[in-house]
This record gives sequence, structure tokens and C-alpha cells, in this order.
Amino acid sequence: MLRRIKGGVHPHDEKKSTEDKKIETLPVPKKLYVPVHQHIGQASIPVVKAGDEVKKGQLIAESADGRGTPVHSPTSGKVTEVGNYPHPIYGKSLCVVIESDGLDQWQDGLLTDRSWEVLSVSEMIDIVFKNGIVGMGGAAFPTHIKLSPPKDKKIDTLIVNAAECEPFLTSDYRTMIEYADDVIKGTLIVMKILGAGKSFIGIENNKPKAIALMKEKCMGKKIEVVELETKYPQGAEKMMIKAILNKEVPSGKLPMDVGCAVQNVGSLKAVADAVEKNIPLIERIVTVAGSTVKNPMNVMAKVGTPFSELFSHCGGFTGRNGKLIMGGPMMGMAQVTLDAVVIKATSGIIAINENDVDIKEEKACIRCGRCIEVCTMRLLPNVLSILSEKGQHQTAQTDYNLMDCVECGCCYYVCPSRRNIVHYVRQSKAKNAMLRNAIKTGSK
Amino acid sequence: METKETTANIQKPEKLVITSSPHVHNTESVTKIMWIVNLTLLPAAVFSVINFGLPALVTMLLCIAGSAACEAAIQYWRKKEITISDGSAVLTGLLLAMCLPAGIPWYIPLIASVAAIGIAKHTMGGLGHNVFNPAHIGRAFVMASYPVAMTTWAVSRIGNSGDFSGAMNKVAGFDVVTGATPLGILKQQGYQALVDSFGGQTAMYKALLMGNTGGSLGETSAILLILGGLVLVVKKYIKWQVPFVMIGTVGLLTWAFGGKVDGKVIFFTGDPILHMLSGGLIIGAFFMATDMVTTPLTTKGQILFAAGCGLITVLIRLYGGYPEGVCYSILLMNAVTPLIDRYIFPAKFGSLPELAKRS
Repeated sequence: MLRRIKGGVHPHDEKKSTEDKKIETLPVPKKLYVPVHQHIGQASIPVVKAGDEVKKGQLIAESADGRGTPVHSPTSGKVTEVGNYPHPIYGKSLCVVIESDGLDQWQDGLLTDRSWEVLSVSEMIDIVFKNGIVGMGGAAFPTHIKLSPPKDKKIDTLIVNAAECEPFLTSDYRTMIEYADDVIKGTLIVMKILGAGKSFIGIENNKPKAIALMKEKCMGKKIEVVELETKYPQGAEKMMIKAILNKEVPSGKLPMDVGCAVQNVGSLKAVADAVEKNIPLIERIVTVAGSTVKNPMNVMAKVGTPFSELFSHCGGFTGRNGKLIMGGPMMGMAQVTLDAVVIKATSGIIAINENDVDIKEEKACIRCGRCIEVCTMRLLPNVLSILSEKGQHQTAQTDYNLMDCVECGCCYYVCPSRRNIVHYVRQSKAKNAMLRNAIKTGSK
Repeated sequence: METKETTANIQKPEKLVITSSPHVHNTESVTKIMWIVNLTLLPAAVFSVINFGLPALVTMLLCIAGSAACEAAIQYWRKKEITISDGSAVLTGLLLAMCLPAGIPWYIPLIASVAAIGIAKHTMGGLGHNVFNPAHIGRAFVMASYPVAMTTWAVSRIGNSGDFSGAMNKVAGFDVVTGATPLGILKQQGYQALVDSFGGQTAMYKALLMGNTGGSLGETSAILLILGGLVLVVKKYIKWQVPFVMIGTVGLLTWAFGGKVDGKVIFFTGDPILHMLSGGLIIGAFFMATDMVTTPLTTKGQILFAAGCGLITVLIRLYGGYPEGVCYSILLMNAVTPLIDRYIFPAKFGSLPELAKRS
């Protein structure tokens, strides 16, 4: 039976241009700008300095507080600088600049060949941590934290997130097609670490080949492939759990509170590589697509590669760009420069022709209620936007569940008045955070 | 920072647009919605011109021009962007005309337009902020001010015989023959007199459905209004539940309480079909009670709203002084909308204990 969530939208999936092309490995660029700030929380601390020689896979930054993840050198070469360079999320951020020596030489001790079955759970969690594995669906949450839940939160089900509901993106799809065995292996490893008895792979039905392949590979294993109706934002963690198990993670809680863990297919491949081959997370599959990209495709790109390198590998641009987005068009970040680099969370980069940039003036809410119908968190998005507009950010939080908004953007997508509700919500959240900090520090 | 080496075919874009996500949108817009609603009203509007002749067209044009001009004047005065092209003022004008009788003195539609756009819409802040349905405020305003002119109903030119070609020949004429509306006859002379005036029950239903009766421009062709409304349902601009519940409530309650013999109510003997097809119920249920701005946000709230409209309509028709009550029922329920929205909203994700359990 086809499963699905209630609410959500059906944007045109735009996946045709890249889904049937093999992943190409991007040549190592001359210079890599590896950000030490890869995900939310504190940035890692560089452990190399200008002039140091580094090998491929060598540790170049370590976690500041144990909750972050280490960063490794994507290739061999020389560190020329540790300085601030464009970052796709944080504007400018501390990067380790590595000049490639063109040899791409691995550090000793990596590229092992061991079987995950003989390793203990704590050994495997340690391997995942040391290799800097993060969630590769877009949020880059440190995987080792997800894999070590508190003792009282027993996890019985692992959900493999292969929905890839964002338009344009096909990196998870290509991962499943080309690295199916690694994904399955990663699933089994994570099941063992969590002690989960069963697992589901949720795939949307616009990827029939992946569904067929995964079903074949999962035969005789405790992994079930679940076909989902194509619908955005089904790839959101909470929605995935809702669609597959019909459970709802309460406000402010985590999937572990309903006995689940959700992992992206890309992360599972990375886990398998780390555990069996001791390969740190230094490269990832990135979808390069959009209306101006001459030859859109998926590329295997090293962390720290400037976006311009990826676009030039794909034949450059056919027109003038109006917008550059990292991630999907529904939740991705608009970029200011082609010099921003691939980070562990870069699932895709999308270049949109200036004629396709669709910006219209915002009008008053006409109370049509479409945003309420599509809101998967069952909030009142129009009310949140109006409260934010009027500066009533606290009311939005106390009376209208502001903090439950996952910023999926369905409300904007359907809004006939073109109100950028997500932007209003972010504004309210930021204003409230500022207020909280002010109260905490006692200042005004 | 230094410029990085890039391949020749990567030109640096001069201007990148930076916005908050999402970066895509569907093709819907307020303007599109308004013009499509206008379009779905068009068949019924054209029919009213055939039915009542040129005076109907004049009323319609006066209302639309009056509404649009009033909106433009106010926006010009307030130095706001003039938004006639979004179709909402035209829609208000058209709906207003549908609530007025044909052949009404020329100044009444203009006064009604000013009341609708000037008072009901723009004193509240314009599109999206009005509490009451502007078209109905316009009608209620002139109903109170010009009760005689507002109840001088033109008689259908097509008549009970369904003589379309005869009516077409007479369209050009400006003479208006007046008479009573079916609900008016029902109120004053009783059910039997009404049936007799059509020459039988079946003939009456047929006339009501096809629209060969007297009344306001939009109180006539039930079938064309329903067709227009169904287009809106299919396009998901309105929810089927709203007209269904409103018309259903009226049918149910008039069947239960509408039957009278010698002034005494006999339960469950009323004529629901007559009540469902006559008066402004169809246009009210499909085009007014579904107005986005003035009705509740959630489907549940809208169903409650529609049931309330049905109830008040029946109260006025059976026990009130006026023969027809759709306009007032919708206005009264408009006033309750903020209250409905305060208490009826979806339970947020994860708040249902049965779904938030560990297995």
C-alpha cells in the first residue's frame, strides 16, 4: 500500500535532467577551502597551521566540545592558510586552505578492510565519531550523537530516509542506484549499533528503479522497503516517521522518544565506508542542476571545493544566473557567490536563470486557508505571519506554536498573496531568541 | 579575497537574488482567483440579462463601475497602489448586482457600491482585512435606505412557458414589468397560492431551477449558479462542504418546520426543494458563504459557519419579517467568524497522545 503524509505540496520534481546520469568524480581542484564549521553548534578547532603538509584523510580540525565532529583533509598537499572564506551557510567562516599536490595520497592507517560484524557497538560509534560522519540529508547533524541515545530511550525501529522530496535533487537516488550494497551494509551496521530489530527504507514512488533495486537487495533481511506517494516535505524526519509508522513525534521531542531513529541513505553509505574501510567523510555526492546548467549531473565532490569548479565541470552556464541555491529549492540557502564551497551538508547546488527567478510583491493575507491545509505540523501559518508582521513575536510562540514550525515552506508555495511566511517565522524565532539571550544576560 | 581561478565559461554573475527559502511557488495568485470567480459568475449574469432585459445589464454595469471607481478613488486618496486589476472590486460589484433587482433607479447601485467598497472594505483596510462581505453590506445598506425600490422585482421575461426566443426579442426593451418573488408570495399568500401561480408543483420546481422567476439578478438561474460553483469546487477555490452544508441545513429545517396548514405548523411537511432553489440561497452558498476573507480559516470552522448561515436563513424565512434572509444570515455569521477561528483550529502535530506513543 502506498503511504503518505497528510498536507504537503507537489512541486514539479525537476529530477529528469540528472536522475539517469552516472555520478562523475570531480577532479581534485588546485585549492580546497575546507570550512571547520560544518553544522549547527560550535565550529571545530583547526589542528594544522599554514605550511603544514597534510595527507588525504588526515585530521585537520577537531571537535571543540565532543558534540561536534572532526574535519579531515580531502586530499594531500600543503596548508597555505587558515583564514576566513565564503561559506554557503555562515557567510564567511574559518577555512583550512589546502593546496593540492596532485598526488591525492592517503594517510597511513586508512583504507583498511575489516568486517563490521566483529566490531563492538562502542567501537563502531567511536569510528563514526572519529571519521566525522554527519547526517547528509541537509542538516548535517552529527551522526555519533544520533547513534548513542540515552539508555532509557530504547530504539526499536530504524528508518532509512530515501524520500528525497526536494525538487531537482537526485544525489540520494544515485547513491541508492550506484552504492546499493553500501547503503544496505550501513543500514545493518546502524541497526546493530542501535539495537533496532527492524528497519524501513522509505522511497517516494517517483523513483521506481530505486524501489525495485532496494527490494531485491533487502530480500531475506530485516529491512522493508516502503513505497511512499511523492509529496513534499515527506523527507523531513518527523514526516518520514508519520508516513511509515503513523507515529507523531511530540513538540520539542526527538524521534527516539517514539522509539525511532532516522538516517539518510548518504549517511549510511558514509557509515559503511567509515566502519569497514576507515574512510573519513571527505567527499560527497552533489547534484548540480538548474535551468542555466549546461550539462546537469551528480558529481562526487570533495568537501571544500568551490561551487564554480562544480559548475565548470558540468559545462558551465548557458545563461545569466538570477539565483544560486545550495540544497533544494524549497529549503535551500540562496548563495551570494560562486566561491562558496561544498560542505558535508551540500546535497545539491542549483543555478536558476534570471528569467526564471519568480519574485512577486507580497500582498495582504486573504485568509484563504491554503497554508493551513498544507501545513504538515498543523499550525496556522497565516496567523504566524501576521503576528510577526505586527511584531507580536511572543504571542506567536506562546499561543500559536511558533517553535513547532519546521520551515518546510509549503505555506509560501501555495500562498496566493505570495506572503513569505517562512521568512516571517524565522524573524519571530530570531527576535525571541534575542529576547531570551537578553533576559539571560540581564541586559536590555 | 583573491579571485579563485575559474574556467573561462564560468562568467561571474553580476546580480544574484538573495531571498529566504523557499525559492519556488505554484502558479496561483489572488488576481487569478478573483478573475476566475468572476468568470464562473458570468453564465448566470448573462442569463439574468436575457431574463430581465437591458435594465439588468445597466444595474450590473453601474455596480461594477461604481465599485471599481470607488476603490480607485480611495486608493488614490490614500496614496496606495491602485489594485482594480486584481479583480476583487469587480467581483464585489458583480456580486452586488446579483443581489439587486433589475430596473432599480440608477443611483441605488452607485450608493450600494460606495457602501460596499468604501465602508465595508476600505474602512477596514482593504482586501483581506474586511470583516463583512462587502457585496452584502452594500445590499443591506440600500435595503434599509430604499425598501420600496429594493422590493420592486422585475418579472421574468422568459416566464413559465420557457419562451427563450420571445425573451431574446424583448431584451432590447427597457420596460420592466414588476411582480413578486416566489418567497414573497409564499410569505404573504401561502404555499398553495405560490404553487398555483406556477400552475403546479413540477412546473414550479422547473421554473426555479431554470430561473424563469422574478427576483434579484442572482436569485434566478439556480442551475447556472450551481454549475459555476461546481467549477470553483473542482478548481479547489471553494470547499464543497460549505454550499452542501448551508443548502442542506436550509432544506432540512424547512422540511421539518416549514409546513403550515391554517397558520399551524405541522412538522416534517415543508417543501425543502422550494426553499433550497429559491431566493439568494444558491448564490449565497456558492459565492458568498465561501468568500475567503470573511469566513473561518479551517474546514471545520467553515462547516460550522455554513450551518449557522443555513439556520439563520430559515429563521428569517419562516419567522422573520422579510421573505428572504440569506444576506443577513451571512452578515451575522461574518461577525462570528473571529470567534469560530479562536476556538476551532487543528491540533498541532504530535499533540495527540495516541500517535505520540512508543510502541
